[in-house]
Amino acid sequence: MSLRRGERAIEALLFLCALASVGTTAGIIVVLAVETFAFFGEVSIVEFLTGTEWTPLFATKHFGVLPLLLGTTVVSVIALVVAVPTGLLSAIYLSEYAPERVRRVVKPVLEILAGVPTVVYGYFALTFVTPLLQQWLPGLSGFNALSPGIVMGLMILPLVSSLSEDAMRAVPRGLREGAYALGATRMQTALQVVVPAAFSGITAAVILAASRAIGETMIVAIAAGQQPRFTANPFVPIETMTAYIVQVSLGDTPQGTLEYRTIFAVGMLLFLMTFALNLLSSWLRARFREEYN
Amino acid sequence: MAVSLGPNASSAGRRRADLLFQAVALVVLAVALGALAVLVGTVWRDGANRLDWQFLTSFPSRRAESAGIYHAIVGSLYVIALTAAMALPVGVAAATYLEEYGGRSRLARFIELNIANLAAVPSIIYGLLGLGLFVRTMAMGRSVLAGAATLALLALPVVILSTREALRTVPSSIREGSYALGATKWQTIWHQVLPMAVPGILTGLILALSRAIGETAPLITIGALTYIPFAPDSIWSAFTVLPIQIFNWVSRPQAAFKDNAAAGILVLLALLLTMNAIAIVLRDRYQRKGRP
Repeated sequence: MSLRRGERAIEALLFLCALASVGTTAGIIVVLAVETFAFFGEVSIVEFLTGTEWTPLFATKHFGVLPLLLGTTVVSVIALVVAVPTGLLSAIYLSEYAPERVRRVVKPVLEILAGVPTVVYGYFALTFVTPLLQQWLPGLSGFNALSPGIVMGLMILPLVSSLSEDAMRAVPRGLREGAYALGATRMQTALQVVVPAAFSGITAAVILAASRAIGETMIVAIAAGQQPRFTANPFVPIETMTAYIVQVSLGDTPQGTLEYRTIFAVGMLLFLMTFALNLLSSWLRARFREEYN
Repeated sequence: MAVSLGPNASSAGRRRADLLFQAVALVVLAVALGALAVLVGTVWRDGANRLDWQFLTSFPSRRAESAGIYHAIVGSLYVIALTAAMALPVGVAAATYLEEYGGRSRLARFIELNIANLAAVPSIIYGLLGLGLFVRTMAMGRSVLAGAATLALLALPVVILSTREALRTVPSSIREGSYALGATKWQTIWHQVLPMAVPGILTGLILALSRAIGETAPLITIGALTYIPFAPDSIWSAFTVLPIQIFNWVSRPQAAFKDNAAAGILVLLALLLTMNAIAIVLRDRYQRKGRP
């Protein structure tokens, strides 16, 4: 009898631990929401979402988040421009061409790219890639969106590549054999049969990569600068949402001040954006799995 | 799906295109892997000269030549040990529930979806959570404990996902054999299933920790300091970690500090390499054992 009660207690304890993950999500939402609501008590939400000047640390304060949003967008787009074509190409190669031996060597090495700490990428962008680019683009500032964008592309390449490869490998053999039987080459099979068949899985991979790029912090905090400008010019210093949070956190901003609350408001926007992208990505992946299982 | 070959697609032309495509893909892969080599090479070139016993055993300093990284190494190890102590039991317990008890209930599936989403939340958001929850509400201050608790939440999804995978590889015949001998569910899990999953669980834990040890943003957000002239000596100490010290040095304009940053990166990479080597050895043993 007591044995059974013990079993019940253990199950309840394990369940509580599983619930801790839901608690984490709830904690994130509550912490962000409380400070964000306080923030919008003092700053109009319209100004926040439509203003093109972000100067909360200056004497004349403006709270328009668009410069940070645009900075984040510019860097992320550059990262995706680098990572999507290269990631897709390597995924096609690894899934459709590479002999098993090559796959087994190349895949773990690609994974290393994803495991390098982001502060290391930041160092690489600032001290190697930016000076290198400046030799070709004399107008490039020491801090800019281009160099961290390119390096971030390198960082998310393995994510695009390995998730797309998984999607392509899940495409049934029969589709490929059908294309070969019609006389198609491997390239034609890959581009005209496998990629379209794996499209939703590949899209899910790209969306997840975009979410990772938007939330990436250290590369941009180190190499993109701290100047929130409303510009799409990738050659000048800008500031992203994440870099702004780092900038304020490094200073000693007392709790309860408006400056302190700005990082939660920006964090809330960041969380909502990545959350939407993550949901979209897992929805697409689930749909893709249903198609072929 | 229609495969259009085009009216003029000669067989030789198509084969040439196929080869060209393969070559382009190989070049792209080579460039990506080459970039990794250049990255490591750059860091080595800048930092190898600074890497000596003095650097490893000294505290930070205004003068780049006499600055060291001892405090940050101790800080990183301290934080990671505490992170493991928190993330391992909770993560394994959660995974055990989902894999062995939860079944296909709607709640279990909701928790699963939630964990998958948490794994993709930017790490800096965890920093804001840690700042609001641990540092302020629970009044832990900017302590080692607050930092480790934040990183534990960050590591939890990875620990849970890899533990579930490890539990899934334990054959059900083991469970059935145990039940047949009269063991209860928990006795079966505790004495049979979990021990068999240990190498897989440890591999996942180490991978989660090696991600956590490289994290900078969440610890900056909770207010880990960038200048700490001492090593932490309790869970309530103020602290810094390797990535934050590296970030601090990178942000300074003087070139000498950039070299310190490179040397710090070498230390961090060496630490990561060691952890991953342990994980690979464990996985190797695990795979050999798993085979009947």
